[in-house]
Amino acid sequence: MLDLTPALPLYLGALFAGITRGWLRAVVMLAAPIVGAAGLLGLESGFSVTTDLMGYTLTPVRVDALSLWFGYLFHLAALIAVVYALHVKDPLQDSAALAYAGSAAGAVFAGDLLTLFVYWELLALTSAVLIFARRSERALHAGIRYLVMQIASGVLLLAGALLFAGSGGGLAFGPIGLDAPGGWLIFLAFGIKSAFPLLHNWLTDAYPEATPSGTVFLSAFTTKVAIYALARGFAGTELLVYIGALMTCFPIFYAVIENDLRRVLAYSLINQLGFMVVGIGIGTQLALSGAVAHAFTDVIFKGLLMMSMGAVLYVTGESRGSELGGLYKKMPRTTVLCIVGAASISAFPLFSGFVSKSMVMSAVLQEGYQGVWLVLLFASAGVFHHAGIKIPFFAFFAHDSRFVATAHEPPANMLIAMSVAALLCMAIGSFPQVFYALLPFAVSYTPYDVTHVLAQMQLLAFSALAFTWLRLSGIYPAELKSVNLDAEWVYRRLLPEAARRFLQSAAPLDRRLRRQGQALMRRGVRALARHHGSHGVLARTWPTGSMVLWVASLLGLSLVLYYM
Amino acid sequence: MGFVDHLPVLPVLVPLLAAPLCVLLESGSRAWWAAVFAAWLSLAAASALLWQVSNSGAVSYALGGWAAPWGIEYRVDLLAGYVLLIVASIAALVLSYARLSVAQEIPCERAAQFYAAFLLVLAGFSGIAVTGDAFNLFVFLEISSLASYTLISMGKDRRALSASFQYLIMGSIGATFILIGVGFLYMMTGTLNMQDLAARLPAVFETRTVRAGFAFLTVGIGLKLALFPLHLWLPNAYAYAPSTVSAFLSATATKVAVYALLRFLIVVFGVEFSFEEMPADVLFLVLGLAGMLSASLVAVFQDNVKRMLAYSSVAQVGYMVLGISLASATGLTSAVLHLFNHALMKGALFLALGAVVYRVGAVQIRDFAGLGRRMPWTMAAFVIGGLSLVGVPPTAGFVSKWYLVLATLEKGWWPVAGLVLLGSVIALVYVWRVVEAAYFAQPRADVTALREAPPSLLVPIWILVGANLYFGLRTDLTAGIARRAVSTLIGGAP
Repeated sequence: MLDLTPALPLYLGALFAGITRGWLRAVVMLAAPIVGAAGLLGLESGFSVTTDLMGYTLTPVRVDALSLWFGYLFHLAALIAVVYALHVKDPLQDSAALAYAGSAAGAVFAGDLLTLFVYWELLALTSAVLIFARRSERALHAGIRYLVMQIASGVLLLAGALLFAGSGGGLAFGPIGLDAPGGWLIFLAFGIKSAFPLLHNWLTDAYPEATPSGTVFLSAFTTKVAIYALARGFAGTELLVYIGALMTCFPIFYAVIENDLRRVLAYSLINQLGFMVVGIGIGTQLALSGAVAHAFTDVIFKGLLMMSMGAVLYVTGESRGSELGGLYKKMPRTTVLCIVGAASISAFPLFSGFVSKSMVMSAVLQEGYQGVWLVLLFASAGVFHHAGIKIPFFAFFAHDSRFVATAHEPPANMLIAMSVAALLCMAIGSFPQVFYALLPFAVSYTPYDVTHVLAQMQLLAFSALAFTWLRLSGIYPAELKSVNLDAEWVYRRLLPEAARRFLQSAAPLDRRLRRQGQALMRRGVRALARHHGSHGVLARTWPTGSMVLWVASLLGLSLVLYYM
Repeated sequence: MGFVDHLPVLPVLVPLLAAPLCVLLESGSRAWWAAVFAAWLSLAAASALLWQVSNSGAVSYALGGWAAPWGIEYRVDLLAGYVLLIVASIAALVLSYARLSVAQEIPCERAAQFYAAFLLVLAGFSGIAVTGDAFNLFVFLEISSLASYTLISMGKDRRALSASFQYLIMGSIGATFILIGVGFLYMMTGTLNMQDLAARLPAVFETRTVRAGFAFLTVGIGLKLALFPLHLWLPNAYAYAPSTVSAFLSATATKVAVYALLRFLIVVFGVEFSFEEMPADVLFLVLGLAGMLSASLVAVFQDNVKRMLAYSSVAQVGYMVLGISLASATGLTSAVLHLFNHALMKGALFLALGAVVYRVGAVQIRDFAGLGRRMPWTMAAFVIGGLSLVGVPPTAGFVSKWYLVLATLEKGWWPVAGLVLLGSVIALVYVWRVVEAAYFAQPRADVTALREAPPSLLVPIWILVGANLYFGLRTDLTAGIARRAVSTLIGGAP
């Protein structure tokens, strides 16, 4: 069964979730990731399925340690997110969510570029449904912008894959490198999905517009598939170190001034991706382990934070920092769970972020990138600032908002999902050696030595101090109801405006051209219709005599031709 | 002789014997059972035969125990087995589908005769596929043709009679030409066995008689396969015939004629004579291209969807003839492959039209308005069949187009490859017209009472649609056999 793809249980789940109702659907939704993960247990590293299509060898399934790692991660993430979304009564959303998780799982088991492309596009389509499912005008537009970028990424991937295969590289998906033909195209395709700077706007634009549970799914899969693809195809590409460093930094400034807390989390998602990209760029065993380990922990803690903000959004209908506050009085459990997530993302010792991020940091130092190391240090402080403090502070503390009177804890399933994620965060942080033992690459690394812990605690303490001081002295930018401009301004305002101007000036010319073109086409169609139309020469029902004439003339012609 | 030794004759014998049985049974439903049984039985025999030939090479069967050059020889090689499988499987599916459709379109007192004629056509086509005797081929051609005139004339539309009459005249001229051609060959060689002819002909290639025979044969078969501009009988015949007949004939009749053409060109005359000494390739290239484009364009302007598909068949024959005219292994493979794939797509499309006729009663484009919602399964089948016709991956149509384009590029004929693709675009236009009407046009008021076609119609349609998708993804069966068949046919020749 799993020969087709290990993601089959998730796809079947998506199918059945679309046609079942009530508790039956809940059972289907829960069973799909569990059955899928159980199926992975039966897969051995090194197993693969190949098939031939028009002379190319395709590998729909290729199992190795790296793909298994992400496979398990995606099934775990899907299970947590499904539990979180159990109260949702929307078959479209449920079905799309499972299909989306399935596409992510399928993508990491794809052994060739063509199969990867298919899952790549499926990821785009199914995830867009999760955004459309919010069913608001804003979500519709954001979803379309999102879809355009995702499809563009797919097209780049396909073009790159064809160039790569056409030059004799074959379709197999292994290390590619920038020098390979089509390498840059594939690199850009992966770059769009992993939110490289200036290619990142789809993420911060669309993720906050999805449904509360949809965002939890979104934050787990698309970018991590891209990280997987980068790790597989471009490990050790030095350019990635600098791109990653940039990715850890620039979102911080946006995150600090952003008001919508879910968008803050979207920015911090890019920041965390930056750490992984740096790890992949360095490409040593330790760095790669750090990158994939961080992908794992990030899915859990970012999911936890997204879930807690989703819970706030679900209860209050609001996710802007300026409107929220004081909710700890009515939502104490959510508050605690959110703080666990915040501690994890800020890499507090004993929480999961610490054990994975410090691997990347150590690898950066080992390879002698001091400057990059400093940048990452700055980014870590920034993470604590905007994700560790800002999120819980503005949502649950700060001033009492108008929601305090009516707020309550979210439904039990949301709490359970968040608790599971929180427990995982703490377990990974407390028992790192167990976690490391599972990693796809063998490493021996101890995160808890004096230097690490001390350095990290200093960083966190001073960052907290800075936040407090800035708050008290009134320098800290207030949470304003505002929209921040990011690079997306270029394509949402500048380009349309420029295009409009251009069209205005070119309109008369264009009109004339079109009129002439239309006239030409009309004339052409009329000429065609005269001969081919239903009463045209060629379509008429001919009298038998003229048919015979044709036969005779063709015979004559052939005879002449053959006698010559 | 064991049972297996008689396998080559079974696909012909079973329907031939079942035909009079149908007439004797009188009642339509009993005759239907007999016909379906016979068709599936010959399908089983055809499959077994293909399997045997594919494993252990060509089979020769001496009819009545008379040895080859004197008696009639049935000779089943890979290509024959392949064509036989196409004919038998389409016949089995169409007959399984036929009960309701025939009950509605044919007066019940004629139903038994209808099935008898249907089986005779099947017997004729199977016979053309298996026979190794040039004159015997003519006989089977006549059997199938006479029976198909009858079938077409049973159409509900009164124009069916005149269409059938025209087809009768044209078909008879074609058959006569073939007979004259075979006669000329016999005159020069004194033999009718194809293998024997192939051995004796090279000695007399330079005579005018043989050349005239070649001309008569190509034109006669060209008439049968609706080669442009000899296709004029076809649109009306297909458009006004009963739905099941259109489906069966469009999927098999031209295929069998193409097969006969391949037999004569390659086996009897040989590639060297046909394409190097005689300019048959140029003739076919020009006529194939003209048919492909002109018939496609005519199809765009048709309002009767059945007639539209009929013109599209002429265009598709153009593709096959084009493949033959390339005279290369890849070109012939593409033609042989398209035989199979075109049978699948046209079969599915015409059967879907039959379901529309069954529910709506007419197939003008305007009758399709709103059918996308009323008959979702039928129209979905039509759309997939249409995509296959256009040649969109992952349908079977894509595979044969792919090979055809490959073959043209192999020769370096870029413009021809461009024209093939242009033909696909035109196909998209006429398929789209139906899709637009079915899914986007304002439905007429009375359309709300319509229901989806019954399962007994839908199942055969969807089997063919499934085959279109399956063979679009799994090409080793079709393309593999086609390639092997062609390579055994042309032997060491290019």
